Amino acid sequence: MLELVDLSRRFGDRAALQDASLSIADGEMIGIIGRSGAGKSTLLRLINRLIDPSAGKILSGSTDVTALRGKELRAWRARTAMIFQQFNLVTRLDVLTNVMCGRLYDMPAPRVLLKWFTPTERALAIRALDRLGMAEVAMNRADALSGGQQQRVAIARALMQQPKILLADEPIASLDPLNAKLVMDALADINRRDGITVLTNLHTLDTARAYCRRIIGMAAGRIVFDGAPEALTEPALREIYGQPGQETLDERITSTSLAAAAIAALAG
Amino acid sequence: MTALNPTDDPAYHLFQQRFGALRRVRQTETILTFAVIILLSVIAAAWTDFLPAKIADGIPRIGEYFGKLFSIQPKRGADPIPVLALPHLFGGVKQPQSIAYWFYRIDVYLALLWQTVQMAILSTAIGFGAAFMLSFPATRSFVGSRIIVFGTRRCLELMRTIPQVVLAFILVWPFGIGPLAGIIAIAIHTTGTLGKLFCELNENADSAPIDGIRSAGGSWLAQMRLGVVPQMMSGFLSHALLRFEINVRSSTIIGFVGAGGIGQELKRVIGFNIYEEVSAIVILILLIVVAIDLASEQIRHRFIGAMA
Repeated sequence: MLELVDLSRRFGDRAALQDASLSIADGEMIGIIGRSGAGKSTLLRLINRLIDPSAGKILSGSTDVTALRGKELRAWRARTAMIFQQFNLVTRLDVLTNVMCGRLYDMPAPRVLLKWFTPTERALAIRALDRLGMAEVAMNRADALSGGQQQRVAIARALMQQPKILLADEPIASLDPLNAKLVMDALADINRRDGITVLTNLHTLDTARAYCRRIIGMAAGRIVFDGAPEALTEPALREIYGQPGQETLDERITSTSLAAAAIAALAG
Repeated sequence: MTALNPTDDPAYHLFQQRFGALRRVRQTETILTFAVIILLSVIAAAWTDFLPAKIADGIPRIGEYFGKLFSIQPKRGADPIPVLALPHLFGGVKQPQSIAYWFYRIDVYLALLWQTVQMAILSTAIGFGAAFMLSFPATRSFVGSRIIVFGTRRCLELMRTIPQVVLAFILVWPFGIGPLAGIIAIAIHTTGTLGKLFCELNENADSAPIDGIRSAGGSWLAQMRLGVVPQMMSGFLSHALLRFEINVRSSTIIGFVGAGGIGQELKRVIGFNIYEEVSAIVILILLIVVAIDLASEQIRHRFIGAMA
């Protein structure tokens, strides 16, 4: 059970996130939608504690996550694994080492300095890669892989952290449709089989509808929608995506599917 | 509808007016800047005796040293003998102007040159290690504490602002005459310069892998070791090799203050006006420096190619 209480974050005098309150049960798969700059990334980065909130609290059970420091903070980060739009792998290192980086949170400093991983860690990393169909490229350098492959390596690194929550920040925004489907299927599988809570930012509404039972809509740093995909009616969508003065909003403009986009273009 | 000539457009005339005004301001600024620079250069030249008449006087005398070099001093009334003449070039140690006469102490020189190269290797290695470690706390984007960044940076600055020869001279007192003082002096300077260069490389590090390691719970050490070092290592080593070339030259000069190597011998023979020996040493230094430069360049390029 993860709870956000009036969470806010300011960058200078711009409020990236304002008074966000959420309650997330274990094992949910949640899609977060909204326009660029709506605060979606800020929300995920706050949960992982990559950035600190300006106000408000994050609670996990009875633990105050916002008060964690040092080793406990690093353990929390490991438990809330992150996946990024740009994959954020160490591209100069091989795939296996990248995956084993998911174990850094409890490695002693001398082992970190020598990049010395145990046989158990290597075995776990290979297993995680194998699950994502990436075992045969384990010894390749990460920058030799395609975007879709890199994202699956990033998911393997996340699994290596044995997380309770997976935070995916636009995981498919840089991928072609086929790789996007592979990655989303992998996230759904992790959610279903391992019971890991998945929070994912998505910029395409059809993906959110297809994969998530709960959708959170954000606009201008605030949570403006929280409910099932069926409840995403046109007024709700206008509140999330619409601009003032804009009369109607065609849902298909947020689609990645070429056919839908073509129809939208013809209709428009 | 007739096509409008683009230059007849009133918007174009307005643009031309504003553009012209802006350009006149810029031109005036440029001319003024250059005038100030030229004026300051003239003043500096006058103060430092960098005068055309003096330069013109000196140019014909540039060859004078070589004239002395290629002749025996006519001490006993003998005529100067040109040095590069076959009859005596391959003569024995006793034959003036022969190669053997010039290089009769080659064993000593080679030992001292080898010592000089060792000084360069050691000081580069020590300086590299220290600069490597100090470059991370000196990088603003890696460290939250302004005090640590400020402190480390001033420390690096101090190390590179003291001239190496002065540093070596100071260190000859506590460590005695010999290569140790020279090695420490060059190592300190290397730390200062490489630290600054590494720090600049670090500032441009891609933050994505660092964020990746951080989000997975990696400590600061882990972020540096696995997020930064893999991207930076080839750049670091390339700078270090370049520094090694510079250090070979530095370690020949640093001997002048008694800090070991071939420089110490060079200073001695200059002091005694032994032209043949001076020339022999200078030629050897040139050869070794060129050889090391060429080798190092090869390694560096292969390195950049392999790592890029």
